[in-house]
Amino acid sequence: MNILVCVKRVPATGGRIVLTPDGMDIDVRYLGFTISPHEECAVEEAVRIVEAHGGTSAVLTLGPAIAEEQLRDAMAIGIDRAILLETDGRDWDPVATAGAIVESIRAQEAADGPFDLILFGNESADSGGFQVGIRTAAALGRPTVTGVKALAPGDGSVVARREAAGGGWESFELPLPAVVTVKEGINLPRYPSVPGRLRARKKEIERSTPEWRSGGPEKIVLRLPKEERTAAQIIGQGPDAAPAVVDLLVKIGVVDG
Amino acid sequence: MSGSVLVVLMAPGGTIDRPSLEALTLAAALASAHGAPLEALVVADPAAAPSIAAGLGPPAVATALVVDHPTLTLGHPDGWAAVLAQLIEARGPIAVVGSGTERGNDLLARLGARKDLPLAANCIAVEPAGERYRVTRQRWAGSLLEDAWLDAPVKLLTVAPNTVTPADPSALASGAASMETIAPTLSDADLAVHVTSREAPERGGISLADAKVVVGGGRGVGSGEGFGDLEELAGLLGGAVGGSRVVTSAGWRPHADQIGQTGLRIAPDIYIACGISGAIQHIVGCKAAKHILAINTDADAPIMGVADYAVIGDLHAVLPAISAEIRRRGGARA
Repeated sequence: MNILVCVKRVPATGGRIVLTPDGMDIDVRYLGFTISPHEECAVEEAVRIVEAHGGTSAVLTLGPAIAEEQLRDAMAIGIDRAILLETDGRDWDPVATAGAIVESIRAQEAADGPFDLILFGNESADSGGFQVGIRTAAALGRPTVTGVKALAPGDGSVVARREAAGGGWESFELPLPAVVTVKEGINLPRYPSVPGRLRARKKEIERSTPEWRSGGPEKIVLRLPKEERTAAQIIGQGPDAAPAVVDLLVKIGVVDG
Repeated sequence: MSGSVLVVLMAPGGTIDRPSLEALTLAAALASAHGAPLEALVVADPAAAPSIAAGLGPPAVATALVVDHPTLTLGHPDGWAAVLAQLIEARGPIAVVGSGTERGNDLLARLGARKDLPLAANCIAVEPAGERYRVTRQRWAGSLLEDAWLDAPVKLLTVAPNTVTPADPSALASGAASMETIAPTLSDADLAVHVTSREAPERGGISLADAKVVVGGGRGVGSGEGFGDLEELAGLLGGAVGGSRVVTSAGWRPHADQIGQTGLRIAPDIYIACGISGAIQHIVGCKAAKHILAINTDADAPIMGVADYAVIGDLHAVLPAISAEIRRRGGARA
């Protein structure tokens, strides 16, 4: 089975977000970067499927040149090859992002044959548009299911399972080729091994530079929501605080006083 | 500009869900800003849809739309996108508003893809500005807000859950809306993606999503075994145990126990955050708690900025002391 995973480089925000003075971006000077969490799991899932069923895997991202780091992270845990659609660092909106991804997929499939399965994260951690995977599937005319937490590849099809709206689970059997967006929890991603990292460092990355476009929505400015809470009231130190804590639990009504 | 505002009301359990009632509030305000009627599409199982539609009425909803189709069920995501696409073609609405849930975003994204229209997901406010909308939408699950232009012949947007007051269903029933039954033409391709099997929810235990008391652990718990102290207190309080992403990524707890941006959003009476520093990824999952008590060795941890109360100390010393004190007073709930 040939699998493509599409990922996004996002800042690891930690405790609080600081914006640039013009409010157009997050100040990332002191931040590390990572693959958006749902997509980390998509990468792991692709590696596991190829390990179990054979085939090849590729990872693709649209982002600045330095997003090469995230592509190498994916190759370090076992993805075979990487494609970078290089931007000048500006945010691409979801319509534009899907458009560039579709062009790249078409070009690769014309050369190397179809991807049986294309994986996305359910939504990116940062912009959270909830749509790039669906738009890509629609443009390619392939079936898609979102929010998937288990994948079982079969002969010419894949069964995708997700949480149902009213509780419980629902499954879809999709004929291949198909597009699936996954959620964290589908697996527990492995840590890369040292030999894996060394191998990934040496691999070529296939680069291209798609033309800037926009399809909406168009960012005007970012801002932080108003904080509703104030600093915590310290009710004690160490185990001596226990009576004060239980008094609080009684007051709130979760312990009988 | 002519046409209506169309709101998508999802009723997976036979009644309109709360996020859809929130979308209805925002859609009604938008319709009134345009001086346009509000139409509502009921997305429900065919047997339940007419009675749900009969409960909708003015002043908010002018027309309730119910689908009559021999095979379309809630398990056909592309089928409903096709229904909405045909409504756009037939009725030319100004905007289509849905709920910012997993299914609401899925449906409007499918519609956007079909009609080549942009989608603003998880909006908390919308303002018409000439031909465009100025929207405020959530990034980072609400830790950051984005003001954006939405410029399209038909504006597609979803409303972030728990950011808008839901419409009161009883107030909607004050007078019946005119009900229209629509008969969409769906192709085999529209119905190809469909639910092929279902499993009922597992029973037993207090679910993390519904618990009144949640005891959460982070990196400071130190190990999977370290959760014993949290389990003990949760047991005494009739509560549930959860954890941060660090904890589920380390394999100390299953992913189903994760509270945060990529896990569960909880709203208990009290959330007791133990050894949790307070990354925004975690805070968006627990900030709806009525009270937050942090137990942490670090008085400067970011969690102190969102907690109401704090105990400074090692959770493995503090939690057993709290459990002992509850037992001493005979106050346990379980």
